[in-house]
Amino acid sequence: MSETSEFDVNGQHRSAEADVRMTLADFLRERLGLTGTHLGCEHGVCGACTVLLDGVAVRSCLMLAVQARGHQVTTVEGLADGDQLHPVQQAFRESHGFQCGFCTPGFVMMTTALLQENPHPSEEEIRDALSGNICRCTGYQSIVEGVLRAASSGAGAAASN
Amino acid sequence: MKTPRFEYHAPRSVEEVLGLLAEHGDEAKVLAGGQSLVPLLAMRLARPTHLVDINNVEGLTGIAERNGVVAFGALTREREAEGSALVSRQLPVMAAALPHIGHISIRNRGTIGGSIAHADALAELPAVARITGAEMVLKSGTDERVVSAEDFFQGHFTTALGDEELLTEVRVPKGPAGAGWAFEEVARRRGDFALVGVAAMVALDGTGRVEEARLCLIGVADRPLRSSAAEAALVGAEPSTEAFVAAAEEAVRDLRPPSDIHGPGDYRRQLARVTVRRSLEAAASRAGKAS
Repeated sequence: MSETSEFDVNGQHRSAEADVRMTLADFLRERLGLTGTHLGCEHGVCGACTVLLDGVAVRSCLMLAVQARGHQVTTVEGLADGDQLHPVQQAFRESHGFQCGFCTPGFVMMTTALLQENPHPSEEEIRDALSGNICRCTGYQSIVEGVLRAASSGAGAAASN
Repeated sequence: MKTPRFEYHAPRSVEEVLGLLAEHGDEAKVLAGGQSLVPLLAMRLARPTHLVDINNVEGLTGIAERNGVVAFGALTREREAEGSALVSRQLPVMAAALPHIGHISIRNRGTIGGSIAHADALAELPAVARITGAEMVLKSGTDERVVSAEDFFQGHFTTALGDEELLTEVRVPKGPAGAGWAFEEVARRRGDFALVGVAAMVALDGTGRVEEARLCLIGVADRPLRSSAAEAALVGAEPSTEAFVAAAEEAVRDLRPPSDIHGPGDYRRQLARVTVRRSLEAAASRAGKAS
């Protein structure tokens, strides 16, 4: 059973045909070519596939693409403004908030959502918010530093614009 | 991973959902937040041939107070309940339990009704439903019935919900005035399923003695377990460490929790003993004397 899914991705109207059982994550990667969204566990444990659905962080492996119809999806490709990194990306870069980089899109999207809701989180709030994202290089210290740096650079205010 | 093949339905009204459930019976599965069902599909532990997505159904969301209960539309997201002033004011045990469910991105999609209908023996909301004496509204094409939490949860992943029925609303009573509530959980990592979780309520009389106590445990049986012996033992007692230690002993007396890869049964039993005491202490510290 195949259906067309149409929705806004990173501010652009996108449409493609896919089997109804295709997850949003696979749809973004395979139908729309947006391979910035990574897939780790594919059953909602690792957080690598986190995207924003109407501005709220969700796991794109736990949604079907057909369920995104009528919604706005933001992926990591939608953050930077041309060559200008998003403040969260910039802060992760400055803090070396990644090693191999596989988990980074998920952490960056989760952080963007966190700072929109809470522009100046405490370290404990950051750790709680990121508890659903797994980094197997165990670079958590510098990831948390990256979030703190992003918060102090006003990324929360930038993100909600 | 790819889920099994299914036919996808996106009804707009409860009537349409009920029509689809009546037509397809046990071959259909209702998709709410999908935070448990989609992994089960991905791992092919569930193989429905019809998926009935209720996310576009009108009238299944919202939190409202009426007649002494807080009513949740079944599709209300857990994260919405977590941020609800009504929930933190009227249902402190639910407010305490919600942050233990998965992670923020899980709770952004996961629903109150979905967690209760799924009835994982380790899930938090079934324990909240059980300790508060919540009622579930079940609709079918021909009938509507209201089932108490006591009768609703029948085992791991097993409830009173029939194949043709949809859980539309969860009604959670507020509980005695001045009662103190707590929800304590032990998990290996933040957001993991609980090894053991305990919901507790302590209400005091005018002299500061326990007038009513409630306890509900998860992780020790195939469903959330009320501990009536421990509850009864606390009535009339002075709220004290001795009384809570004795109640904890009573609560675990007949428990034979299962052993699994997460820990042996004896370990779970010991965790239950400690967590019951802690949750009673926390609940009692929040209880006000009746005036």
